Amino acid sequence: MTKTVFLGALTVAGLTAGAAAAATLDDVKARGTLNCGVTTGLVGFAAPDANGEWGGFDVGVCRAVAAAVLGDPTAVEFVPTTGKTRFTALASGEIDMLARNTTWTFSRDVDLKFEFTGINYYDGQGFMVPKELGVSSAKELDGATVCIQTGTTTELNLADYFRKNNISYQPVPIETNAEGQQQYLAGACDTYTTDASGLAATRAAFEDPSEHVILPEIVSKEPLGPLVRHGDNEWGDVVRWTLNALIAAEERGVTSANIAELAAAPTESPEINRLLGTEGNLGEMLGLEADWAVKAISAGGNYGELFEKNIGENTPVGLARGLNAQWTEGGLLYAPPFR
Amino acid sequence: MTTMTDPPKASFKLSMLLNDTRYRSYTFQFIALILLIAAMAYLGSNLAQNLRDAGLNISYDFLGEPSNYDINQSLIEYDSRSSHWRASLVGVLNTLLVAFLACITATIIGVVAGVLRLSNNWLVRKLMAGYVEAFRNVPVLIWILIIYTIMTAVMPAPRDFRGDDAEASMILGSFAFTNRGVYMPKPLLDPLGWMVVGVFVASIIGMFAYRRYATKLLYDTGKLLPMGWPSLVILFVPAILAFFILGRPIELEYPELGGFNFNGGIQVLGSLIALWFALAIYTGAFIAENVRAGIQAVSRGQTEAAAALGLRPRRVMNLVVLPQALRIIIPPLISNYLNITKNSSLAIAVGYMDITGTLGGITLNQTGRAIEAVLLLMLFYLVISLAISGVMNVYNNTVRLKER
Repeated sequence: MTKTVFLGALTVAGLTAGAAAAATLDDVKARGTLNCGVTTGLVGFAAPDANGEWGGFDVGVCRAVAAAVLGDPTAVEFVPTTGKTRFTALASGEIDMLARNTTWTFSRDVDLKFEFTGINYYDGQGFMVPKELGVSSAKELDGATVCIQTGTTTELNLADYFRKNNISYQPVPIETNAEGQQQYLAGACDTYTTDASGLAATRAAFEDPSEHVILPEIVSKEPLGPLVRHGDNEWGDVVRWTLNALIAAEERGVTSANIAELAAAPTESPEINRLLGTEGNLGEMLGLEADWAVKAISAGGNYGELFEKNIGENTPVGLARGLNAQWTEGGLLYAPPFR
Repeated sequence: MTTMTDPPKASFKLSMLLNDTRYRSYTFQFIALILLIAAMAYLGSNLAQNLRDAGLNISYDFLGEPSNYDINQSLIEYDSRSSHWRASLVGVLNTLLVAFLACITATIIGVVAGVLRLSNNWLVRKLMAGYVEAFRNVPVLIWILIIYTIMTAVMPAPRDFRGDDAEASMILGSFAFTNRGVYMPKPLLDPLGWMVVGVFVASIIGMFAYRRYATKLLYDTGKLLPMGWPSLVILFVPAILAFFILGRPIELEYPELGGFNFNGGIQVLGSLIALWFALAIYTGAFIAENVRAGIQAVSRGQTEAAAALGLRPRRVMNLVVLPQALRIIIPPLISNYLNITKNSSLAIAVGYMDITGTLGGITLNQTGRAIEAVLLLMLFYLVISLAISGVMNVYNNTVRLKER
């Protein structure tokens, strides 16, 4: 009899475990908040402000998803994760999605069983050095001490780059961006390497950013994007198409300023109508309200607005659109059609 | 069958399992065992089930693949093309290195502080009490961070050593204290140099042989040979003679500023120093208390009797009190050594690449093999801890009370 009870308990445990793995969309709706994994603090991408309110480019994606699913961009529980803890947090279900400048790689997608839902920032790994060192190229960094965030793709790129160029270096592994900044400023390492966007964001927080230069070499491709657990395709679709909605909205000229007007009645552009739910039933197909995209775009604006507000050229981070411009303007952003 | 005439046996009843004291303990132990096995089986099958649901499997194949990352301190040859297994091995050696250094230093600090806590000098006594209380009651992670931050913030960067009017200069022209660590000269040994080292090792053995002979002579004949200066002579003179006769075969390679860093010499990483000293002073405070307790546990009559025989205070301590105190000190000392080894896993806080940093950190992250890596990590710490307590238990057996 003990055996039967035991097997029964096993079955129940197995079933609950199986159930927990699927239907994230229902879980989020039932919970009323979205658990979104972000960095522990990177100005421009995800960082709490003086009032403890999270803001930034990645945070904008979380808020858009929360607005699309729950109708409330503030219904987000932000979970700060380090480069090391992020995948465990996502795989274990502690967070529903991860928007933490995470590079889309084959092994993460296939072997670690995650699903990247798109790319919200095309990045590449760069090096920052103090101006006084007089270094103008990464190839001159022979023998340098390099600060590097551990558990990231940059760690592997760094080893590859130095080996390929037959120069040596000494790595100083660090856990968080803040730690890297501190070590770099104290001179414990000669150069700090991470994604170029991250370097720009870090430099923006320095007392005197002009004392530091970002070297011209970009040593790797770093397509950054939000990701979810493998195997829950409905939830993956929600996150993917929310991101696409933000990108398509910029392409079609839908902004947080004019969206109320455009969504009030069907416009002449059928794609805008389908996107904003005044025509067709795209929202229903996703399992969301018809005006899901309206809410997502109203949350923080379209992709371009989020970019300009958080990391654009008029912010301290000061990044140019570059590869992250719409395809119509020579960039790589290309949202699939809404139909 | 019924023809046998055995004495009538009390028939075994099921209730006896609970009521009979002969069986009761077995019953409970058996139940506990079943529960334990059931709990483990439940956890294990839950794990297997969840892994299956997530489409994952348990495999150690990743250990053979190239690691693709670099490690800042490795005692064996290693580069980014080496396997994850080798990276783990580098981590193991780094853990053992810092644990070894910290155990030795903590023991020295602990014994000195423990003895001084019983000093007759009020100031010394109170200073040591202050040390013990301050260091014992602040978490070791905080101490690691404090020492590391002081090192990186206070020490000069290598670039400060550059130029004619440099802000910092090397001590004695051979030691550089930088915020990346300490650079010191490295002895270069050619085959003749190894001979000098061999002579020195032989001298050490010779010194112990002499001391043993002197003690034996004292016990056998009562003749007292001098101990101090002959030991020193035996230790140093042959090695120095060999060094000069063989034509100074050992050279020192001095660290020199070149490029971004000092080159040549030995670099002791700042993270190693921070971890080493933090573990040593933190655990030293615990050991000091053990030593004090051990000494105070030796009956006062022992000290008084030794004094009555005319032994001087130093000899009372060395010959009478400490040998007896050791019996009490050793067992808790073992657990302090184990603590040092396990606490060394905080290394990642300062970027020291121990086993938790390589296998449990970067390898785990880059391969995503969390369960495999953590199981291996547990196995390693278990083996190391059991080995340390095994060795210390052997030592404990040699000093414990020999009952006759």
